[in-house]
Amino acid sequence: MPEPRTRRVLVRDKRITLTHGAGGKATRDLVEALFLDAFGNDALAPLGDSAVVSLPPGRVAVTTDSYVVRPLAFPGGDIGELAVNGTVNDLAVAGARPLWLTAGFVLEEGLPIDELRAIVTSMASAAGHVGVAVAAGDTKVVERGKADGLYVTTAGVGVLEHDVVLGPERVHPGDRVVLSGTLADHGVAVLIARGDLRLEGDIQSDTAPVHELAAALLGLGEGLRWMRDPTRGGLATALNELAAQSGLAVRLREDALPIEPAVAAACEILGIDPLYVANEGKLVAVVAPDVAAEALARLRAHPLGAEAVEIGAVEPEPEGMVLLDTALGGSRIVDLLVGDPLPRIC
Amino acid sequence: MKYVDEYRDPALARSLAAEIASLVTPGEVVRVMEVCGGHTHAIYRHGLEELLPPEVELVHGPGCPVCVIPMGRVDDAIAIAETEGVTLATFGDMLRVPGGSGSLLQAQARGADVRMVYSPLDALELARREPDRHVCFFAIGFETTAPATAITLLRARAQELSNFSVFCNHVLIEPPLRAILETPGLRVDAFIGPGHVSSVIGSDAYRFIPEEYGRPVVVSAFEPIDLLQSIAMLLRQRIDGRCEVENQYTRVVRPEGNPRALAAIAETMEPREDFEWRGLGVLPASALRLREPFAAFDAERLFALPGARIEDPKACRCGEVLTGQIKPWECGVFGTACTPERPLGTCMVSSEGACAAYFSYGRLRRPREEAGVGA
Ligand code: SF4
Repeated sequence: MPEPRTRRVLVRDKRITLTHGAGGKATRDLVEALFLDAFGNDALAPLGDSAVVSLPPGRVAVTTDSYVVRPLAFPGGDIGELAVNGTVNDLAVAGARPLWLTAGFVLEEGLPIDELRAIVTSMASAAGHVGVAVAAGDTKVVERGKADGLYVTTAGVGVLEHDVVLGPERVHPGDRVVLSGTLADHGVAVLIARGDLRLEGDIQSDTAPVHELAAALLGLGEGLRWMRDPTRGGLATALNELAAQSGLAVRLREDALPIEPAVAAACEILGIDPLYVANEGKLVAVVAPDVAAEALARLRAHPLGAEAVEIGAVEPEPEGMVLLDTALGGSRIVDLLVGDPLPRIC
Repeated sequence: MKYVDEYRDPALARSLAAEIASLVTPGEVVRVMEVCGGHTHAIYRHGLEELLPPEVELVHGPGCPVCVIPMGRVDDAIAIAETEGVTLATFGDMLRVPGGSGSLLQAQARGADVRMVYSPLDALELARREPDRHVCFFAIGFETTAPATAITLLRARAQELSNFSVFCNHVLIEPPLRAILETPGLRVDAFIGPGHVSSVIGSDAYRFIPEEYGRPVVVSAFEPIDLLQSIAMLLRQRIDGRCEVENQYTRVVRPEGNPRALAAIAETMEPREDFEWRGLGVLPASALRLREPFAAFDAERLFALPGARIEDPKACRCGEVLTGQIKPWECGVFGTACTPERPLGTCMVSSEGACAAYFSYGRLRRPREEAGVGA
């Protein structure tokens, strides 16, 4: 909770100007009025050059990611929520309990302060929801035209409070692939929100923190082999990386893949394969065959995992490949995507 | 989603596959060319080849619009894009097509203003929104996409826009089909006719294939069930001793096509004397250019274009792939010097290109086919 402060700073400007990035009084006012007010916590409050925190025992996970998305707000979320959940998820799928985040903002001159405030507020509420503290932050202002409104970079620190080692080297033939819910919601929601496609549809981004889903799976112990949040590049890219790193094959069943009808229809019209579209609140895991049912039960016990399904299995070969048994009874390769046919969405 | 599910029903697919198997003579291979890149893509995406008996061999045809654009035209587009004050707008697939001096994507990295659009109308909108820039639409495609370009031109004229032009590379479907049909040692027994093109030009447009060349045609829609049905229809023609144009895509395609779309094309465009096709060489009257009244929108008249003819790389066998003479993997550079990431030939660029579709979706099946199971 924000500390009650004696002096309340107000930002009177309506838009970000270069002065807000000059390091003087305007910068300080902006930081205090917007960021400190929203994120207020013991680590951040002193506004020192570094936040000083005490780590609980365990291995430590550290991650960072930059968020560039247009439009800044889209059905189901905004860039602020995305920046918190994305970094929380990167920590969570590494098996860590997320503890601290830092946030760096690159603001474009002319950005309405109200828009910034809304984004910062949604970041704060996303962080509050997960129970992570934004311990340090930074803002820079660039000239008009040099950024799409604003970019956010978040870094995260978490701690692993167990001894389970996750990774492609722990994956074996026969292991099962489970997915926590529907595919492609975020990417399609953002594509439609951009308005370039003259497509309409009530499709919401799935942005959400998966730390509780990850924690539920960690309870499986050694039976849990590998976890990822399939963001940019979608499920296909995450599984291709697994196949390449493990030297094994992943075989998916097309008829098991959960996709919202509206999302499937939009993908069909746009000629995009939902397997390659970004998700921002999903978890894909490889588990030992004997705990697959238990893994699904654990995921389904959480509202974010209600639609969890087993989507495929690990096979010894062909080495490094992802295959898909099509609903029609054929099969095909699910290759790494070449190029970038999609507009920037995450 | 109902609409699509109906055309992807696994039980129906299995029964069609069984029907197809009952329509072939064991050991007698029928080579069916799907003309359209959209069909090629669907075949691989759904793994359809695995549902077919070894006696049905699919040959991938020339109907991928990106694949047939010669390198010289890509260089011309780059020259337009690199002109001061000009924005070049085009479909995403065109960006990676290699010309003689790199791709549009590389030109973009050097500072050219290249933008991806989903339709020529988006390019027109760009011109309206940015009156200080000249926006040129790099138009490609068969009769499928030509009507949208035509309508855009008519609209540009109505709006009296002076900062918009079209670099017209629209091509016609009949000339490459004739070129294939006249290839010595033709290895195609029957054709699956394109769906979208046919919705514009009509199924009657293919009558020359049975009448002059003695090969049956079934115009097909794009869903897997449609394709299986079309293959069954072709096989049944053979059994019945018929050889004609049939229409499987009756829900969209009329025998006479779409008169309004054809009228819009005819009003704005006319056939060129000839046009160079990637891999097929120069084909007479095989492409469209803007008519005189639209000269003010014609990038070929507004810009000084290099207009060079650039030989395809020696190792590139796209022409033979496009005419069904070889399978993608029979090209010596397939998957080595030519991959979707670094395409040497155009068939490797678009996901509708035979080589790219094969590389991305199907390359696992190669050993099976090489072992003679599929041929
Ligand atoms: S492998 Fe490349 S060069 Fe060879 S035919 Fe295919 S696209 Fe052309």
